[in-house]
Amino acid sequence: MSLHVYRLRTLHAAVCSAVALLLVILAIPAQAAPPQDSMEQRMLACTACHDDQGRKGPDAYYPRIAGKPSEYLYNQLRHFRDGRRHYPLMTGLLDQLSDAYLMEIAQYFSELKAPYAAPERASLPTSTAERARELVTSGDKQRDLPACAACHGDALMGVQPAVPGLLGLPTDYIRAQLGAWKSGTRKAAAPDCMHDIAETLTPLEISIVSAWLSAQPIPPGAAPAPHGDKPPKECGSVLDAAKGARQ
Amino acid sequence: MKRALVVFGVLICIAILLFIWLNFRDEDAHPSTVSSGDAAALVARGAYLARAGNCAACHTARGGAAYAGGYGIATPFGTVYSSNLTPDPETGIGTWTSDDLWRAMHNGRSKDGRFLYPAFPYPNYTKVTRADSDALFAYLHSLPAVKQPNRDHNLRFPYNTQFVLAGWRALFFRPGVHETQADRSSEWNRGAYLVSGLGHCSACHASRNALGATDDALNGGLMPMEGWYAPSLHAESEASVSGWKTENVVALLKHGVAPGASVMGPMAEVVYGGTQHLSDDDLHAMATYLASLPTHNNEPKKVQPVDRNLYARGEEIYAKRCADCHGEQGEGVTNMYPALAGNRAVTITVPVNTIRAVLSGGFTPETEGNPRPYGMPPFATLLNDEEIAAVVSYVRNAWGNEASAVTAWEVGSLGRGTAAK
Repeated sequence: MSLHVYRLRTLHAAVCSAVALLLVILAIPAQAAPPQDSMEQRMLACTACHDDQGRKGPDAYYPRIAGKPSEYLYNQLRHFRDGRRHYPLMTGLLDQLSDAYLMEIAQYFSELKAPYAAPERASLPTSTAERARELVTSGDKQRDLPACAACHGDALMGVQPAVPGLLGLPTDYIRAQLGAWKSGTRKAAAPDCMHDIAETLTPLEISIVSAWLSAQPIPPGAAPAPHGDKPPKECGSVLDAAKGARQ
Repeated sequence: MKRALVVFGVLICIAILLFIWLNFRDEDAHPSTVSSGDAAALVARGAYLARAGNCAACHTARGGAAYAGGYGIATPFGTVYSSNLTPDPETGIGTWTSDDLWRAMHNGRSKDGRFLYPAFPYPNYTKVTRADSDALFAYLHSLPAVKQPNRDHNLRFPYNTQFVLAGWRALFFRPGVHETQADRSSEWNRGAYLVSGLGHCSACHASRNALGATDDALNGGLMPMEGWYAPSLHAESEASVSGWKTENVVALLKHGVAPGASVMGPMAEVVYGGTQHLSDDDLHAMATYLASLPTHNNEPKKVQPVDRNLYARGEEIYAKRCADCHGEQGEGVTNMYPALAGNRAVTITVPVNTIRAVLSGGFTPETEGNPRPYGMPPFATLLNDEEIAAVVSYVRNAWGNEASAVTAWEVGSLGRGTAAK
């Protein structure tokens, strides 16, 4: 046996071993990481619909909750649990949870920083879109209708700690919320400013504002504004948050 | 002929007298025993007893003032609205005396004389002692008065008439007291008193007849309006605790979780609002009593082997949606996610709860022993009825489990996401 043949055999054996090792590695099933003692693990009940990063859900209805102001999320969790917002699946999930845990949940999602999905396709004719933009950015003084931006921030990304952003949400979701406020099935702490505002809006205005908002692009790194100006209307949620901060 | 008429008339009179007697007997037979003792201690005891009965669960509307009533209890006969128990003189029980509350608890009659609907579980509360009723009265009268008028019940004819209710009472309601069993320990007797009285466990864990009357045995019952099944506490294949260590039964009632078991649905509400607040002594007593209930082992019925295609479909869904938490072999994760292999709640004959758990998901109740609970997503939004039927059929038959398959129709009949009122 020449040295040459010996070398070839060694090479052959080495290749075979490598292939065998690779096959063994491939044969080990991809093991999911074992469940961790973390908020992420605890919140799987939420992220199945609100996405693993708290974005909008599988049927494009559920709102994104990642990065919304914590006090806003906390208020919504309590509203669902205590019957001021109505969605049986949400209520059922929260029924036996304390305020303290709901606050921890709210803080967890408020700190999630997930990239925003692309906005919905702009569907409004130019003149209608312009009317919607006007309502959102300037309101309608004759009807005592404040601009959305007056409370929700110039960038419409919300204001800490209790006013939610309006961008990155599905049209259907925004429209349903304004409708629910108008009809009184969605409630917030008194004085319920959003009820007054939604009552003033016509169904057509609700539709075009919802469509316009959902079609707005979101600049990278957009986040709720740290402070806002004094809101043009008294809002219970904002007043409560300010009261809470003083205590 | 004339004699026959007389006999008939006499029989009618006897029937009427019997009817009246059946509805009014045993009233005013138990005078108050409250002496001018420590009023604060009496109120505190009443507050504790209100937890034992979880009175607030029904007497507080969602998000409403505590004990001000207005909560709708759906029944097959219509909706019964709970009443205002705060001491407001106009809309609550401010003008009631402890005698009035006693008559409501013991005889199921209101202060104004009306018969009460047994959605207020007086067939259980009749066993509560006068002393406990008086403590409850002291507690209720210590609450802040809330002016909130009672809402009229919304019941169908003829269930909305006092006459029909009187007939129901004559047939099914017997005022009674808890009879101490001398051959049992005082702990057992205390447990029996709490379980059959204030705890009103049989309101859910007993089957109801067509007219809504319960049995005494805790043989399990469907809760048709809630879409849950309260499992039998006698059946070893359901929720009997006869073989359990007492401390595990106590843990389940106190924390909502115990080795190999956790509470869900309406029982989570019972733990959250009621039993987690009870003393270890009382929980121990209840556990002792529950463990002593006679058991029967439902002869394992031959179940139809599950269809192979359905099983395979379920296995696929399980691997994708469930295995990360419940384990590839259904083994679960200690203190996080229940095992499904060998779990009675999964293989129970009536599959309602298993389906419901998948549809609605949920968190175990947040308690001292179960802080920051883990949750399960409501799959009603993620899987259709066929998919849920497949995955439930799979978990009921994988890893040595053996139970009937579930159909999409059964899933659909439970409704989607209708759990919370």
